[in-house]
Amino acid sequence: MEVASLPAALELVAGGGAGLSPEKRAVLGASLLLLQRDYRFERVWFWGCIQGVRGAYYIAEGLGPDRAAPRSRLYSLNCVEWSFLPPATEEMVAQAEQLKGRFQGDPSFEYEHIEINAEDAERLFEDGKEPTIKEEARLVATIEQIDRAVGIIPRGAFLKTPLGSVHENRNFEGLSLMEAKKLSSYFHFTEPFNLKNKTLLEKADLDPSTDFLDSLEHDIPQGSWTVQLEKGDTVVVLRSLLWLGLMFYHVPMTKQYGYIYFGTGEKNFDLPFML
Amino acid sequence: ARGAPPTVSNGFQRPPSAPLLRRRRRSPPRALSAAGARRAATPVPNAGRNGAAVPPGKPAAGPPPPPPPRRASQATAAALPQRLGFDPYQTQEPKSAYQTYAVGRDQASERAHGPYQPHEPGYGLHQPGHSPYDDQIPDPKSRMLAIQNAKAYLLKSSTTSGLNLYDHLANMLTKILDEQPTNAVDIIENISKDVKWAQFQKKMDTLRDEHEILPAFEAAEKRKALFLKANGEGDEELEEEIGETPLPNVMETAFYFEQAGIGLSKDESYHIFLALKKLVSVQPIQTCRFWGKILGLEMNYIIAEVQYHEGEEEEETEEEEVIEEGGKRRGDVEDEDEETEKEDEPPKSTYKPPPVIPKEENGTGANKYVYFVCNEPGKPWVKLPPVTPAQIVCARKIKKFFTGRLDAPVVSFPPFPGNEANYLRAQIARISAGTHISPIGFYQFAEEEGDEEEEGGGGRDTYEENPDFQPLSVVEMVDSLSTWVHHVQNILKQGRCVWLNPFQKSEEEEEDEEEEKEEEPDELQQEIGPPLLTPLSEDEGIQNIPAWTAQPSTNLIPQYAVAILQSNRWPGAYAFASGRKFDNIYFGWGHKYSPENHSPALPPPVQAEYPSGPEITETRDPTLEEELAFKAAKEEALAAAEEEDDEEDVEDDEEEDDD
Repeated sequence: MEVASLPAALELVAGGGAGLSPEKRAVLGASLLLLQRDYRFERVWFWGCIQGVRGAYYIAEGLGPDRAAPRSRLYSLNCVEWSFLPPATEEMVAQAEQLKGRFQGDPSFEYEHIEINAEDAERLFEDGKEPTIKEEARLVATIEQIDRAVGIIPRGAFLKTPLGSVHENRNFEGLSLMEAKKLSSYFHFTEPFNLKNKTLLEKADLDPSTDFLDSLEHDIPQGSWTVQLEKGDTVVVLRSLLWLGLMFYHVPMTKQYGYIYFGTGEKNFDLPFML
Repeated sequence: ARGAPPTVSNGFQRPPSAPLLRRRRRSPPRALSAAGARRAATPVPNAGRNGAAVPPGKPAAGPPPPPPPRRASQATAAALPQRLGFDPYQTQEPKSAYQTYAVGRDQASERAHGPYQPHEPGYGLHQPGHSPYDDQIPDPKSRMLAIQNAKAYLLKSSTTSGLNLYDHLANMLTKILDEQPTNAVDIIENISKDVKWAQFQKKMDTLRDEHEILPAFEAAEKRKALFLKANGEGDEELEEEIGETPLPNVMETAFYFEQAGIGLSKDESYHIFLALKKLVSVQPIQTCRFWGKILGLEMNYIIAEVQYHEGEEEEETEEEEVIEEGGKRRGDVEDEDEETEKEDEPPKSTYKPPPVIPKEENGTGANKYVYFVCNEPGKPWVKLPPVTPAQIVCARKIKKFFTGRLDAPVVSFPPFPGNEANYLRAQIARISAGTHISPIGFYQFAEEEGDEEEEGGGGRDTYEENPDFQPLSVVEMVDSLSTWVHHVQNILKQGRCVWLNPFQKSEEEEEDEEEEKEEEPDELQQEIGPPLLTPLSEDEGIQNIPAWTAQPSTNLIPQYAVAILQSNRWPGAYAFASGRKFDNIYFGWGHKYSPENHSPALPPPVQAEYPSGPEITETRDPTLEEELAFKAAKEEALAAAEEEDDEEDVEDDEEEDDD
């Protein structure tokens, strides 16, 4: 969620019980602005917090002029000093998917005994070391997976220019209450997968400047999002059941929206049994 | 044009440009060059047009030409700025200070001036670089006609939408000039769309408004009702309220948890506070506590943990019926078999269902507290039924999301004996047993004069507050887990807190049971769990993760920090301690943490239909050789037997030999 709207936004997502202490809230307002200054980000989003066993990671993302470009991610253990995270590679993501269990809370912690297939094993064993993966890499991979899978925005909030870059839509005035209850009004803010598979009839209804992303309608498994009206039906809160802890809020007919993650950073593989 | 015809001076002319569009104008005065100082003074709707009218390539220097008469209200024919060298079909390059945003706009309007209808004079005479009027003195009448034709065309209504281009362009320009967006030329199409959309929106506005806001209004009414004081409260009741009240101070607890970032928003906490107050005033409650919030798919649950005054409880008979029915279900199978087939009776089922373990009494063990739930503060509180051991045992095997409706069925394997209300109650019992903790020394065992053995060997199950409690410092509370103890009884595998041998139950079945006891003497051993008030350091971790994570709420101000514990076995369970105050709370989805994926229980193996023995065991049919060999062997035996007979009867052999 945007830095500028962080205090109000935290109030709106507090229905899940997780939030930030007053100390963290106070320091985030200042330290994220400084991040914006130092790294010349156009926008800084507070992504959320991953709880480890011994400590927590606070994550922030910085966006450049093209909002759909890969975002720079930073993490901090105390919300005061931030360090850059390396960009996520497919290899990292594949390795991290095999790790199970909680995060430890120490970025230099090394996970051992990960199972890898034979090809990778040959490559790595050339060094003579056992394959290990650092918690930092796991953190990067997890954030990337979460963003790819459940990072969402309301329809119409971003526009794609003919040149391909993506900007905020200044004319976006919020979804209406009816629209806000439907899953088709929300898009995954990542490279679309299903867009090409739509029929021509469906494509004819799309507006290429606003409908350039996948919507949540066809997410598998169906029912992996809960849509609730909170605070006396004034806020729409979407919670993901695949990554427990991701919350998206939107106040209908206003420009306020955003998503945040408060959780342990583990995918909910039991989802099909739980629905 | 109503104005004087354009004059020629100094090689260039400024045409009298009356406005084509009638529009009110509120924009600030434009930047001026020396040539047009006077023009800025008069309220001119489109000074930009003047600027556009300056022919490119001609110097702006020179004495200002006489200002052509123009009025904002003049809607009649505008001057066609088609003078020497000026061609509306060429792109205009801004060369004077009058060039503003409306350059492009003027192009469109000037193009509209051009004769492009076949019947209009000058049609087909256009040459790029020259205007059709180059070689003639402009005839105002034909020009006026052309303008009027153009305007009439613009005013033509569309057959599909009923709009006309004239009004649309007027609205669009009004909107642009009112709002003055940056880079308007880039978003002009969107603006056009918005203007059209706004047209239609007005007609449906009232309907949509009424329909949409209704649910929010109702919810607001309910929440407002919380804040109204009940009528008829006299002074006496007020005093009662201020004195001893079972109502917990929800805001205070919320404040301590907020120091760690846990908790709901202040608004919601206050609503819950008032809702609890309502509950306390309605039910005869001795102690009350905000237990926590469990999230669901459609709605969430807000849970209050309550203890009734002694003697005020109502016996719920419905739950007992449910249990009995569940126990009877398996027994019915046997009866049906007996009733249907009396001629050919299939073998009787030897299946005896396991005995139903009775639930604990209200007020003890897992049913020590009564729980009330509501979906949102303002909605009525619903009491949850007491929990039975069978429900707890089954709840340990399944993992399902709550939907938010208490009567929703729980579809699972093994089949859950109950609906969502029972499942919720079972999970609440498990969470309470696993994560309700207090600082060591806060509770102590009551001084008992009786034997411990009277309680069935399960240990003490009552505690009381310790009046001599000395709170430990926050640092000590955080450093070591042995400074915290569980104050809720552990639930055994059986599903109860106090172990009960089901075979020692009623006297009616004693005769049968004696037989059974002989068959299964060793299977039911008494289950023992950790006793009450065991410290947390005895809690097992999961793989390499400790069961609890302890942190102070802040490292910057240790004097006022609060000790916070988070459970790793039940993510979402928190506890805080600060001085003499402590509390537990739960915010989550209501499931236990397991690093391994949940594997549902497999169905049991297929039951054997009959006991297998040698007489009904299938064997392979004998092959032909075997049969012949058997026959030959039989004949040999017969022959051998007959030979023995032959000694007595020789004639038979001779007869057989002949045959």
